[in-house]
Amino acid sequence: MTRWAMSIDLDLCTGCGTCAVACAQENNLPPGDPEETMDRLIRWLELVVEEEGEYPHVRARVLPMPCQHCDRPPCIKVCPVNATYRNPQGLVPQIYHRCIGCRYCVSACPFTCKHFNWWDPVWPEPLQRGLNPDVSIRTRGVTEKCNFCLHRLQDAREAAAVAGEELDPASYRTACQEACPARAIRFGDIDDAESEVGAAAHHPRANQLLEDLGVEPKVIYLTERS
Amino acid sequence: MKSRRTQWAPRQFSPRSSRGAPRDWAFWVQVSGLVGFWMFVATIWGWFGYRTLELLRLGDVWQPAIVLGVVVSTLFVVYASVLTYLFVRLGAAADGPAPDLPIDSIEEKLTEGVLKPWSWRYKLTVGILAGLFAWALYCWYREVHEGLGVTGLGRPIFWGLFITDFVFFIGISHAGTLVSAILRLAQAEWRRAITRSAEAITVLVLFFGAWSILLDLGRIDRILNVFESGRMESPLLWDVCSITTYLFGSTIYLYLPLIPDLALLRRRVTGIRKPLYHLMSFGWTGTEKQKHALERAIGVMAVVVLPVAVSVHTVVSWVFSMTIQPLWHSTVFGPYFVAGAIFSGIAALLIAMAIVRRFMGLERFLKPVHFNYLGMLLFVMTCLWGYFTTCEFLTAFYGDEPTERHILHEKLVGGFAPLIWTMVVCCFVIPIAILARKKTRSVTGCVVASCTILVGMWIERYTIVVPTLQRPRLEEYASASYFPTFLEWSLLVGACAGFCLLYVLFARLFPIISIWEVREGREEAPEQVAERVRDYFPTAEEPAAVGLRRPSAEKTAGIGARR
Repeated sequence: MTRWAMSIDLDLCTGCGTCAVACAQENNLPPGDPEETMDRLIRWLELVVEEEGEYPHVRARVLPMPCQHCDRPPCIKVCPVNATYRNPQGLVPQIYHRCIGCRYCVSACPFTCKHFNWWDPVWPEPLQRGLNPDVSIRTRGVTEKCNFCLHRLQDAREAAAVAGEELDPASYRTACQEACPARAIRFGDIDDAESEVGAAAHHPRANQLLEDLGVEPKVIYLTERS
Repeated sequence: MKSRRTQWAPRQFSPRSSRGAPRDWAFWVQVSGLVGFWMFVATIWGWFGYRTLELLRLGDVWQPAIVLGVVVSTLFVVYASVLTYLFVRLGAAADGPAPDLPIDSIEEKLTEGVLKPWSWRYKLTVGILAGLFAWALYCWYREVHEGLGVTGLGRPIFWGLFITDFVFFIGISHAGTLVSAILRLAQAEWRRAITRSAEAITVLVLFFGAWSILLDLGRIDRILNVFESGRMESPLLWDVCSITTYLFGSTIYLYLPLIPDLALLRRRVTGIRKPLYHLMSFGWTGTEKQKHALERAIGVMAVVVLPVAVSVHTVVSWVFSMTIQPLWHSTVFGPYFVAGAIFSGIAALLIAMAIVRRFMGLERFLKPVHFNYLGMLLFVMTCLWGYFTTCEFLTAFYGDEPTERHILHEKLVGGFAPLIWTMVVCCFVIPIAILARKKTRSVTGCVVASCTILVGMWIERYTIVVPTLQRPRLEEYASASYFPTFLEWSLLVGACAGFCLLYVLFARLFPIISIWEVREGREEAPEQVAERVRDYFPTAEEPAAVGLRRPSAEKTAGIGARR
């Protein structure tokens, strides 16, 4: 069985933020109200910046951070309505139209990767024309999160079905992966040792966030070469 | 004519009773009410069964869910059985219309609150409370209409005041049923005057606990999804099960001891309340057999409702401790929350008793001795609270895990330090100082200690919910500060006002002190207690005269002869 996973090579990553922009554009994330504080902003993929050292020898370490799509997700167990679940291929999507907005999953997530719609989303006039018709718009009061561009998997599946072929894993690409100019983000089947992600999982530089919690994240980070 | 039936005889469901009198309307309403309750119980069985089958079909069943379903459904069967048993037994043991007994001083005083017209002071109180509650309803409307953005919440502090209030109100609801059931089972005779006011707190405050969790939902319009696609693995659904079971159980437990009082009252009220009390008095006429049946039913409910009460706050604590978040994921939370709940519950009970006593002029019934005894109980709970708090903080402090250290630091010396130390003073220092000495364990002393305890316990709930969320594991990724908005405070005040409103109305609609229990306590309890105490010890040749009231010579001789 395919298990979709992502690897991010921090050595290649330049911290340009293209992935975050592409993600917001692809998944219809509202631009946010400039009057409001950053803690209300919804970004499925964010750049975590950690500063190291003291001035003038300062160095910023950048970590692009989507939902970790844990193999044993703490968020799905606590959902009272089955609005978030782990599908057989390891993806952990959210059913926006079933969510009752109790925010239990968000509070239970050790990565703080999930987001809540405090208001109804608003797009200023010209931006509305850029909305992606493949992705539903979330209303106020529901939780949402990165789902590894699940709609693209559906597209790829349909295309394969029309052509009468097996799904080629390479035809399912996430928006952040496509946008990354440094090709730091790879996406594919982690169980297939031949694939880029499968190889990355066994790379000596490979690690995961909060590995010791045992939630088995499926975003593999390759640390920087020093 | 006195009924001499010794054998159990079922109530006959013919349009005429065994005595040939036609059944009145109340009989049929009671029958249909019971049938409705049984149908409700059947629905619960059906729902759990359906969910289990569906989950089995999907291969995603979480086995303990079946146990939970069976336990909850069985409890409802017990509730329905108790009510049905009582209905049949009361009917079978009824003996004509209730006798028109002369009104004694106890009944006179205790029914005064129900019978006399509302004074302008009372009306003003009701008006203010209703106004505050109406304002809260408006705030709720705004919240639902505009979104949860009207609160001060943000990422990563997704839970704030509403969840705090939920835990706090559910905690207060512990007082009643738990304290009353324990005292009833322990046959503590001083309970007689306080059980009703305690049980009423439980039932009425539970609504606001449940309301607080509804306030917290982003999409309240989808609340029925919980039944349609509920995932029994979620502690929130354990809460739904536990609180629903507790609400029904404690309502029945409040209702059963009301029956004889309602039968008394129905003769004396007029207007809409006459048929209401008639309906609710469940065919009570006051025969010995009826009394026996009622006491059995109350005894069963006291036993059944105790574990449910303990489960309620344990499950509330599990909402937090089942996650793997630092300082939430703790085994001490279950007992810690239960102890805290009883603690804040007794405090609320003491305040309610003091208010009832003062404004309804019931000083003769709620005496300083009741406050003294409850104060001792509160003192014990204060010590228990101190013990659990120490356990919780010391293990985290000594273990010194990085993620926990951050939060603990924030709590003890960081941003939450003023709150935490206020809590320690309010929940421990002041109550210990007041309640440890008999001299200060007066009515006033108990009320002062109770007020600080309620404030302290609310802070405790707040400092459990918020700090863990404020400092998540990946702090660089998400951090914020939280201060509740005016709207959130309004909803807290409104919920408190709503509870007070219901309680104030309850006290004027039903006797807040159980008439028949107090009367029985005064007339029969001393003899029974004396006999019970005598039972504790070996029989002497000369029967010892022990007891609250020295038994008369011939009675003593009679008891001695029986041995």
